[in-house]
Amino acid sequence: MSYFRSLIGSREMRILILGLDGAGKTTILYRLQVGEVVTTIPTIGFNVEQVTYKNLKFQVWDLGGQTSIRPYWRCYYSNTDAIIYVVDSADKDRIGISKDELLYMLREDELQNAILVVLANKQDMPGCLSVAEVHQALGLDALKNRTFQIFKTSAKRGEGLDQAMDWLSNALTAKK
Amino acid sequence: MNAFKREKKEEEDGGNPFQHLEKTSVLQEARTFNDTPVNPRKCAHILTKILYLLNQGEQLGTTEATEAFFAMTKLFQSRDVVLRRLVYLGIKELSSVAEDVIIVTSSLTKDMTGKEDMYRAAAIRALCTITDGAMLAAIERYMKQAIVDRSAGVSSAALVSTLHLTNVSGDVAKRWANEAQEALNSDNVMVQYHALGVLYQARKTDKHAVIKLVAKLMRSSPKSPYAACMLIRMACKLIDEVDVDATEFLEFIESCIRHKSEMVVYEAAHALVNLGKSGTREIASAISVLQLFCGSPKPTLRYAAVQALNKVAMSHPAAVTACNLDLENLITDSNRSIATLAITTLLKTGAESSVDRLMKQIATFVSEISDEFKVVVVQAIRSLCQKYPRKHSVLMNFLSAMLRDEGGLEYKAAIVDTIIAVMESNHEAKESGLAHLCEFIEDCEHTSLAVRILHLLGQEGPTSKNPSRYIRFIYNRVILECASVRAAAVTALAHFAAACPVLLPNILVLLSRCQLDSDDEVRDRATYYCTILQENNENSSILPLVQPPQLSLPSLERALRNYMNSPMQEDFDISQIPTAQTIEEPPPEVMTSVKPQTLRLSREESFMESLSKVPELSAIIRNEILFKSSPVFELTESETEYNVKCIKHCFSDYLILQFDCLNTLPDQLLEDVRVSVETQDIYDVVCEIPCKRLPYNEPGSTYTVLKFPEDIHSTVISLPTTLRFIALDCNPATGMPESEQGYQDEYMLEDLEITLRDQVRGVGSARNLDFQSAWESAASRNFITHEQIFALGATVNTLELAINSLVSFLGLDPVDRSDRVKSDANQHTLMLAGVFRGGKELLARAKLALTEQVTMQFTVRSADPDVAELIISSVG
Repeated sequence: MSYFRSLIGSREMRILILGLDGAGKTTILYRLQVGEVVTTIPTIGFNVEQVTYKNLKFQVWDLGGQTSIRPYWRCYYSNTDAIIYVVDSADKDRIGISKDELLYMLREDELQNAILVVLANKQDMPGCLSVAEVHQALGLDALKNRTFQIFKTSAKRGEGLDQAMDWLSNALTAKK
Repeated sequence: MNAFKREKKEEEDGGNPFQHLEKTSVLQEARTFNDTPVNPRKCAHILTKILYLLNQGEQLGTTEATEAFFAMTKLFQSRDVVLRRLVYLGIKELSSVAEDVIIVTSSLTKDMTGKEDMYRAAAIRALCTITDGAMLAAIERYMKQAIVDRSAGVSSAALVSTLHLTNVSGDVAKRWANEAQEALNSDNVMVQYHALGVLYQARKTDKHAVIKLVAKLMRSSPKSPYAACMLIRMACKLIDEVDVDATEFLEFIESCIRHKSEMVVYEAAHALVNLGKSGTREIASAISVLQLFCGSPKPTLRYAAVQALNKVAMSHPAAVTACNLDLENLITDSNRSIATLAITTLLKTGAESSVDRLMKQIATFVSEISDEFKVVVVQAIRSLCQKYPRKHSVLMNFLSAMLRDEGGLEYKAAIVDTIIAVMESNHEAKESGLAHLCEFIEDCEHTSLAVRILHLLGQEGPTSKNPSRYIRFIYNRVILECASVRAAAVTALAHFAAACPVLLPNILVLLSRCQLDSDDEVRDRATYYCTILQENNENSSILPLVQPPQLSLPSLERALRNYMNSPMQEDFDISQIPTAQTIEEPPPEVMTSVKPQTLRLSREESFMESLSKVPELSAIIRNEILFKSSPVFELTESETEYNVKCIKHCFSDYLILQFDCLNTLPDQLLEDVRVSVETQDIYDVVCEIPCKRLPYNEPGSTYTVLKFPEDIHSTVISLPTTLRFIALDCNPATGMPESEQGYQDEYMLEDLEITLRDQVRGVGSARNLDFQSAWESAASRNFITHEQIFALGATVNTLELAINSLVSFLGLDPVDRSDRVKSDANQHTLMLAGVFRGGKELLARAKLALTEQVTMQFTVRSADPDVAELIISSVG
């Protein structure tokens, strides 16, 4: 019986990709879906795609990161299993804003049980912050009662995404 | 299985499954959209319910709509094609109510550029409804690509959306015109048509660009019949609007008559018969095509053809005569609309001899057609009566038969209008017309019509051969009808009593019975009429009391207020008050129903208002009433440097000259502009009010106030005028003066004519003057009579001409429709009435006799001998 349930009853996991504008969210979404880099324009609103990773199906929502669109993120919070929070490691000026948005979001009731993956993206850029520096800048040390992990990635080169998704898949299966 | 059963059950019910939807519960259901995973079937059903409600006119509040909208955005995760297309519809419906709809921009742009063809066109349409001016730049690139897309549906959707987006941003059509130009070469008929629409939109403000576009396309002639039709319409507009050489466009439209597509052929023929500029040759070729269509097996073509012929029969009846045989065949058409139009067209073109036959044929099916077409028939009869006055008895009988039939108010009103119009234009028809109307009000369910007919009976009945026969019909109304009809009947009775002294004692008995009526208004009227009819025995003074003149209320109010401020020793003079202007009824061609006549400000009242706003003038005219304002006339040629028009406002002692000036020189600014009038010491110039600044192309007014001379005879005069001003040269680009010091200059104007007409106002039908009794009693009221015989000039060779020139020269109004001459008469009496400024009453009678030229015995009666003399001497 439990065998069948895991086969038939497995519902799509719902994942949100969030982060400031220009962090690389849309690039990551399509890297995950079609495995290559597509040209993107600033997302006005959202993109939603079905992503299959190692026989697990995810429904991934990539929400636009512009200041004007951030208020609408909360319309899409309910039933979320995991959040992928993308940070532009090269954008040192706005890492503070990124931290504020993250903390603000994590306070939402609907997201209390969501797993968090932080991606320190654009690691290919010269002079960018290291994982540790991003970890610290976002104040992740203070994060309690949350399953989370941080990864360094380069969506452009396709580096680090597999590790992140492996960890996320395992974490989601374990949570069940 | 369950669902299947449910559907079957609904089918058995035969009802609408959405019949009893409730907004709040449907919106509650819409929360299902937030569930994961999405159930496409269920969500599609709920979304359909929302769309159904919206299309039934249900209004959503902003919060409700926004909530439903955001819930709906969740459905983008589903890849169900039907659901996605429903979402597009939902977006379009809610886009105007919900907030922050731009949230779906990215998703829609993705769909419009994606691989799924089922999505692309619909996504474009949805995207354009959520796009505002700020977002336009973000989608511009995609729209341009879509316009030139290989898929016809996508291209058409983008082109049509471009037209819709011009409401958001006026110049999109212009910005995307290159792409539209490319789409114009498409093989698809719709794409070509829509591309032409966008190109026209891009150019429509630039006349010459439109001419170029049309001229170019005329040569290559678009393959798409829709585009060809549109091109014809564009060409028509150019022919009508622009003063360019129309030949090329006309030739194009004519060539379209030989087009492969029936639609284009019809459009071209329709255009040709409706164009003002097409000649007989063009109309003939258009009519031959329409004639061909009359025999088509397709009812739509037959209908279109006969409708176009019906319309053109008004302007070119002779040309349509060629189709008479085809139209005769259509009378028996199984489609009644076609038959009706065919008959009414024949009535317009046919000879007098065929009228009886056609009327019989209409009678066979008039009961089968709708009210709307019955009105068309009635209108055809109306124009027929005007054309063949001798046929009035046949037509009147037919109309009265139609009155007896079932029918709505609009239809009945059209018949009554026609009967009244026929009576007015043809005196022989009056008696039978009144009889038919009397019979109609015996059983008339429409209060408004009954009231109207009773009023008419009161007006026309007393002068008929046998007035007493109408009394019974009218008094029956008092017994049988509702209050407003009873009140109208009482007034009509009073008219008879006032106009026919023989009937007075009997009517007084009837009116005294009406004083016991249950309705206040009826009782009041009866009491009022009883009193004045019993008190006053002199005929001429009763009538104005029975039927008070329709005076202009604002002027009456102003005059009464002035009178109350005066010592009130003299009697109030009502003759000074101008009558109210009523809006003319629309001409018979377009007239379909009775429009309530609304009172509006007369020309004089609106002038009085604007004059009172000039402080210097308001001091002079504060206690005056504007007696008459002349028509506008030009003191300059139209193409000169300065343009001056004059309006003469006549008061009882003053003449205010209003000069409307326009400076057409872009490099000049005029200051202190005034018109000086050389009065030759006959008129006194009271004051001149200059126009302080007259910049280029901005109208300005200056006024000159003259005082009329004591001697009335010298008032009619021609005075030289000059425009005087200080001119400053200025920069045409900025309009700023280049120097501070201007120079004095002047400009000769045409002479200003002060005429008799300026000082006389007609009082005609509006006052319901009883001319005969006023004329007879003139002597007893110390009126002076002047009489003279004139031989009119050789150019005046008909009675109508003599009457028209006399009426327009004197400014008096003809009374009792005495300006209408019987067609074969060679003698006629014209009666005129009016008031000279200062409230001096004027009556005139012209006995005209036609031999080879017109001889006139002209008699004037007035209380003021000078006025009477002036009029006689002016005519001479």
